[in-house]
Amino acid sequence: MWNFPLVPPTASEEGAAISILYWVITALAVIFGSIVLFGAIYLAVRYRADNNAVDRSNAVDTDMRMELAWTIVPLVLALVMFAWAAKLYADIYAPREGYYEVFVIGKQWMWHCQHPNGVRENNMLTLPAGRLVKVTLISQDVIHAFSIPAFRVKRDAVPGRYNAMYFTPTKPGEYHLFCTEYCGTKHSEMIGKVIVLPEEEFQAWLEKGGRGLATATTSMDGNAAAGGGTLTLAQQGEQTFKALGCNACHLNPNSAVKVPDITKTWGSDIPLADGRTVKGDEAYIRESILNPGAKIHKGYQNLMPPYQGQVSEEQLVQLIAYIKSLADSRTGGN
Amino acid sequence: MSVQEIEKTATLEHTGDGHHHGDGILGEQFETLEQQNNAYLIGMWAFIVQEVLFFGAIFTSYAIYRYKYVLEFTLAHHELNVWFGSLNTFVLLLSSYTMARAVRAAMQNRHKKQAIYLFLTFLLAGEFMLNKYFEYGAKFEHHLFPGGDYSAHEVVKHAKEKGELRIVEENGREFYELGKTRDGQFIAFKRVTPEEFEQRTRLFFGFYFIMTGLHGLHVLVGMIVIAILIGRAWIDHLKNKPIADYMPVEMTGLYWHLVDIVWIFLFPLLYLIGR
Amino acid sequence: MATATYTGTEKPNYLNWKTSVASWLFTYDHKRLGILYLISISIFFFIGALAAMFIRLELMTPKGDLLTSDVYNKMFTTHGVIMIFLFLIPSIPAVFGNFLLPLMIGARDVAFPRLNLLSWYFFITGGILVLIALFRGGIDTGWTFYTPYSSSFAKGEVSLAIVGIFLAGFSSIFTGINFLVTIHKMRAPGMTWFRLPLFVWAMYATSLLQVLGTPVVAITLLLVAVERTFRIGIFDPNLGGDPILFQHLFWFYSHPAVYIMILPAMGVISEVISAFSKRRVFGYHFVAFSSLAIAIIGFLVWGHHMFSTGQSIYAGIVFSFLTWLVAVPSAIKIFNWMATIWKGRVHWDTPMLYALGFMGLFVIGGLTGLHLAAMATNVHLTDTYFVVAHFHYVMVGGAIMGYLAALHFWWPKMTGRMYPEGWGKLAAMLVFVGFNLTFFPQFILGYMGMPRRYHSYPEEWAVLNVLSTAGSSVLGFGYLLPVIYLTWSLKYGKVVTERNPWGARGLEWELVDPVPDPHNFERTPIVTRPAYDYAHPEEPTGFIPKPRPVVVGGKDG
Repeated sequence: MWNFPLVPPTASEEGAAISILYWVITALAVIFGSIVLFGAIYLAVRYRADNNAVDRSNAVDTDMRMELAWTIVPLVLALVMFAWAAKLYADIYAPREGYYEVFVIGKQWMWHCQHPNGVRENNMLTLPAGRLVKVTLISQDVIHAFSIPAFRVKRDAVPGRYNAMYFTPTKPGEYHLFCTEYCGTKHSEMIGKVIVLPEEEFQAWLEKGGRGLATATTSMDGNAAAGGGTLTLAQQGEQTFKALGCNACHLNPNSAVKVPDITKTWGSDIPLADGRTVKGDEAYIRESILNPGAKIHKGYQNLMPPYQGQVSEEQLVQLIAYIKSLADSRTGGN
Repeated sequence: MSVQEIEKTATLEHTGDGHHHGDGILGEQFETLEQQNNAYLIGMWAFIVQEVLFFGAIFTSYAIYRYKYVLEFTLAHHELNVWFGSLNTFVLLLSSYTMARAVRAAMQNRHKKQAIYLFLTFLLAGEFMLNKYFEYGAKFEHHLFPGGDYSAHEVVKHAKEKGELRIVEENGREFYELGKTRDGQFIAFKRVTPEEFEQRTRLFFGFYFIMTGLHGLHVLVGMIVIAILIGRAWIDHLKNKPIADYMPVEMTGLYWHLVDIVWIFLFPLLYLIGR
Repeated sequence: MATATYTGTEKPNYLNWKTSVASWLFTYDHKRLGILYLISISIFFFIGALAAMFIRLELMTPKGDLLTSDVYNKMFTTHGVIMIFLFLIPSIPAVFGNFLLPLMIGARDVAFPRLNLLSWYFFITGGILVLIALFRGGIDTGWTFYTPYSSSFAKGEVSLAIVGIFLAGFSSIFTGINFLVTIHKMRAPGMTWFRLPLFVWAMYATSLLQVLGTPVVAITLLLVAVERTFRIGIFDPNLGGDPILFQHLFWFYSHPAVYIMILPAMGVISEVISAFSKRRVFGYHFVAFSSLAIAIIGFLVWGHHMFSTGQSIYAGIVFSFLTWLVAVPSAIKIFNWMATIWKGRVHWDTPMLYALGFMGLFVIGGLTGLHLAAMATNVHLTDTYFVVAHFHYVMVGGAIMGYLAALHFWWPKMTGRMYPEGWGKLAAMLVFVGFNLTFFPQFILGYMGMPRRYHSYPEEWAVLNVLSTAGSSVLGFGYLLPVIYLTWSLKYGKVVTERNPWGARGLEWELVDPVPDPHNFERTPIVTRPAYDYAHPEEPTGFIPKPRPVVVGGKDG
């Protein structure tokens, strides 16, 4: 009964760095807390009313040097800690490269995780140790939050937009996964596990199609993709691409309409008709499918019909994987 | 005695028995009339500041969504009647003038004049509300109230007539193209589904009714207060009261000018921009 | 007619000069209104505490076995809504601000006594509507009403509860306006800004927050109710809206709201530490200005509740920077209070125990706020029990300890009775121990990742949760004791015969009588001495009586 944990496991690189920051802040807090707590008690005891043995002469009630001291010292410490924490946060959450990407869709009250090769997991996320992982999150209904305490990371899954988080798992094992944004009745049950496997085991697991769920030959909302066997996310995306008729205009040399070359979309800087330039990332692709008129590619007309309401989040995730694969195959990179 | 002299010298003695005098004007808690008047003024200004924050938050939300959905909002706002809006602007401005005259009359203790100007203000405010009634009525008739039976039909119709909307069909689905017609040529800026168009124009009318509705509520409250003030002014006139407390009128005047200023912002933001 | 000398028999004071129910329910007297608020918020406190009891009982076991999920969700929503909107926000301002402000500045009442009465009625009406909403099935949105859950998914009496909160908000706004004008315009001659008690400075800063912040949350919640009713699409992405917009609007008020809760308590601590060390507050100007600094900077940090929403890193950096900055004025106050004790003559009475407890607990709460101000650690800790522990340390260990300190310190002035000191000390210690036992384990649970608003959790966290629940029973008992002995003292407590039983300084202690006259001062005081003038002996009457001419229409003399 007394064998209970007091600290979480630390199983990611980012988590290790955050841990250090956490304990430094805690140390500072203990130091200052002790100064105040024990200082106040000491003073209140020493100067208690019936103690006449103590010197109360020259009891000034103002001292500029002390005021400056206890203003400037906390201020300097505050600025240092702020800067350290802000830099660490920016390093962790700003867009990074060279990652293994997983899409996670939150909905009341479960997590759907999609691997690029098509493997899907519910309320579980299996990951390789030692590689940078990117989780792209979105919600289908209310705001949820994807939290992995062992990695010290968390991000909100917001309906209507993608949020991304990056981390590098280090230690194989099983770790808690929680929803940490109150989302209704079964908020407490929207939990799961993150399973970290050594790289080779992970590859084997992926190739075996993951354990548990059958691999995808049909997508979540029942639309059957043509063909059987194990499909990667990108391959599912290709099927969805055709099923939705995207290939009438895109990647079609006989297209009646002049359209942007989507093999060049992923990762490049897209010039817009209004003069801005945006990054061709997941959010841009998702928005351009749902509401193409929001960001018109320079030199092209606003002719693409909006697919808002026509395509599920899961299909969007597949399409994005597919469009990414087009860019990858073009450059030959990963 | 001038108002200033009265203010500076009217005071109160503590008799210590819990009863205080002062013709009912000076509150027990105050020492001088000047102090009381200043207190009421600062209090009223503080109230006005918080009203600014109240309206400010919804103005900000409106601005955010207008930026996001500028084309839909612009097409929707064509349904607003600029003539009624301008008339209302003029009416409110005029009512602020009559209100200011009423305050001055109150300061001068000319109660009949005070009552008349207050009454004119009340009438003008009533005119404003009457116009609102007609405006809102037309909106309800055209199913533009964002309730259960909202329909963007009118917006679509008028936009088409102005050459700013075109309906296209593709793969059996209907889309709206929003843009401009220049030299007989339709240039599309954006394409939306009918559902999106309905949602976004509905949002515009949601903001329209919330903002003008809250404002109208403030006008109504103001009218009630002014009605009370008219009664009191008239009684003061009939009783030939030499000195009455003008502060309630001044404070109501401040409130009324706030109500006017909120409209001065509402009118261009809702009715005018993008026209 | 009120006379100057106390005869020892029942003398008319603000409590007994009129005793009908109507004289209480239609009173303009700021002191009576303070008492009315005292009674009403105490009732709300215990309803909110009951909800807390159910929460802790459920969390004693890892499984969700006591309450269904829905009922549990309604419990924590009830606890939050009642404790914040119906207890903490009014607490010190409405009870002690109302009672003390005019006395402390030498006025006969606040600037707008009738508005004051109206404020109480808005509060009661709003509170009753919230209670009706709870009885009719309750709400389960959390006190934060995040969209789109609250605007499009939640069932229950959300709109009714919102109307109740909206009306209670008026109470807050009107009280704020009243206090601002009172402090500006009703100070007695000679009561300059820098002779004011620091409690008044704290109330001034609080009033600024109440007036400027509350209207924003009022319109925000109104929009949620409108969206629920008309399905308009301001906050629901399925209707074209933005759920994060809600969070910006909500936190724009709700962060300053926490300063509304703590600044008055800090004001109380200044008064109590000074009175029980018999020393002027060290660094008076610094403490005064730090209240203003907290209020102003407090308006600019709301985004630190939203680091994990995906808001831009740059916005996050600005909010984090300002959040670290707002910690500094609080630190300044703490060190100045310690310096006040230095070389003082310290009396360890109950109010001082609560004040010392405040210093320890508020500091822990404030320092753990730093973990949350730091962006990188914030993301790990947000929405966990770490945050729950942090805000309970500052709001309960801080604000409520301040409230209890005030209650005991000014009890003789408000009631003419003394509470039993032994029981007071016992309760203070039970509260301190019970509080730490309840909430300290939650820091550990939070760092380990235990999410908030969960009614079931992994087995390995059971022991810490049991400890927390055990602590909460001690804490609950500690809170019950004052209710009992304070009520007991009204009839059986020692009658206070001196006007200044603590030997403190301040105009409220320099009144002629132990319990104030209905109109406070027979003659307007003229202030000639600085605040906290312990350097000089108490003057029997701190003011020079000055007969004043009656003039209405121009006569003099």
